[in-house]
Amino acid sequence: MTTLDERPTATPAGGVISSAGAATSEGAQELQPRSAISQQALMREAGSVLRLSESAAAELASVAGDADEDQTMIINMGPQHPSTHGVLRLMLELQGETVLRCKPIIGYLHTGMEKTGESLTFMQGGTNVTRMDYLSPLNNELVFSMATEKLLGIDGDIPERAQWMRMLLSELNRMSSHLLFMATNGMDLGAVSMMLYGWREREEVLRFFQKVTGLRMNHNFIRPGGLAADLPPGWRDDVLHILDMLPDRLAEYEVLMTGQPIWRERLQGVGVITQSEAIALAATGPILRSTGITWDLRKDMPYLKYSEVDFDVVVGLHGDAYDRYAIRLQEIRESMRIVRQILDKMPTGNYRIQNKKVTPPPRGRIDESMEALIHHFKIFTEGFKVPEGEVYVAIESPRGEVGCYIASDGSAVPYRMHVRAPSFVNVQCLPHMMRGGLVADAVAVISSIDPVLGEVDR
Amino acid sequence: MNAEALSAGVVAHEVNGQQLLFVELSAYLDTVTRLHNDGFTMCIDLTAVDYLAYPSRKVPAGVHTERFELVVNLLSIAKRERVRLRVQVADGIPVPSLFDIHPSTEAMEREVFDMFGISFSGHPDLTRILMPEDWDGHPLRKDYAPGRIPVQFKGAAS
Repeated sequence: MTTLDERPTATPAGGVISSAGAATSEGAQELQPRSAISQQALMREAGSVLRLSESAAAELASVAGDADEDQTMIINMGPQHPSTHGVLRLMLELQGETVLRCKPIIGYLHTGMEKTGESLTFMQGGTNVTRMDYLSPLNNELVFSMATEKLLGIDGDIPERAQWMRMLLSELNRMSSHLLFMATNGMDLGAVSMMLYGWREREEVLRFFQKVTGLRMNHNFIRPGGLAADLPPGWRDDVLHILDMLPDRLAEYEVLMTGQPIWRERLQGVGVITQSEAIALAATGPILRSTGITWDLRKDMPYLKYSEVDFDVVVGLHGDAYDRYAIRLQEIRESMRIVRQILDKMPTGNYRIQNKKVTPPPRGRIDESMEALIHHFKIFTEGFKVPEGEVYVAIESPRGEVGCYIASDGSAVPYRMHVRAPSFVNVQCLPHMMRGGLVADAVAVISSIDPVLGEVDR
Repeated sequence: MNAEALSAGVVAHEVNGQQLLFVELSAYLDTVTRLHNDGFTMCIDLTAVDYLAYPSRKVPAGVHTERFELVVNLLSIAKRERVRLRVQVADGIPVPSLFDIHPSTEAMEREVFDMFGISFSGHPDLTRILMPEDWDGHPLRKDYAPGRIPVQFKGAAS
């Protein structure tokens, strides 16, 4: 085993990026022609390892079986395609208009955030993780903070108000994320006015976030130990305004989309995934629920105060794109139901733990006390030390299970910080959902996964 | 978790209320298969840690530490239980792929290969996933320093 001394001096390829400008190539990462891969690899792509029933596997295999290489073509979709939600690149093998094989190629947005996480203190880590899933930043901050608190052993001491506030923000974030899904899903399928409506409603929620956290996105508001600040005066009216405004707007969506025959035709029966496939591919969130499995971490492994509020887990029956759309629409309503209960139950008290180790002194104390100034300075420059150990914490984000794995060596920065990004795993469902479908439906399928490339690539 | 689900070469442990299994590489596939039959049908997460700079980490007695650790998070929907496997892997030793048991590990194992250089035998498509194909090195290794790009005028003021 190599020793510790080798660490600081060793700088291989990463020392200075000297070959700037050199062309990069995806080469072997790309979808290979049929002649280049074995029959076994083809079978694996077709889902022979997904433990399907024999008839289902045979059905899948028949699509691939009749293809001759000179009758198919491989085309690129993305990375610069407006409906691929960022820089997702799909290579599709087509026979006529039928998609036979599909391979998502990712990494175009990779910025080494997990590596960056190893040089930021636990105090600064929130600024990093909040940028991963930029459509639900508060959920990412929450899972990072909860993992840190578990390592610190203070996860049981977080004040009531802080927990309810976290829940409020996390549910509003779920609403804003799903509203954006409504917008992009509409746009992808040609309902352009829906795009404007979705963005408009989301903006109302973001305006509340701006008032509370100071920023529309990337808040770094939920921090280890609690939150950065208390709710501003008048917050209750702002939340009530959102809750009063949304039901009518959602009813409008129903008229625009749910009740519209063209919309239903475009989504129903498209991108079907079965229960066994979803479990084998570890899909979570609306994708798993669309197959009829009632699995929601808020209900099944409750965190914060989710066991004290009343809400339903929305599930589908068919596992198609329409179910995933309908689930998200209904989840907005369930989130509103939760938010109403939070308004009733929000206790008074501290918005962060009063533990000098992790909590900076209040701003007012800094002007009058030298010790408070030093304390504040220390916490924000050196951070706080976190005991040795490793922990995995997971919560339900709008896209599925977002998990945070932290290994600490007892210093103020994580030794290793890994985020289990739901989109990264869910994108693996694409080849199975697209198989045998039409290329025109590919856009609908991508959209129904609702991937955020920021967390796919991290 | 059933005691029968465990085999030789496995040390069970509990930290912070989370179930941990330290699994020897030779018992890795076998343990995952047993756990799969025991209801842990979802492989939620698979990642690795490079313990090059922190070899003194706490492990229960009987576990021989190596440079890398493979961390596998399994989930049982039926039992609402999680279990985390930690597998010690020396540099350059290939690890059997979980693809045939948990197809969800396809992208995760590619990521670990890309970031740590741990290779997986039996993986259908072991290529880089996040970095370009012609990239040198494995960024999340501890002996791989964060990159920096030379700035033309930095230091001009001094």
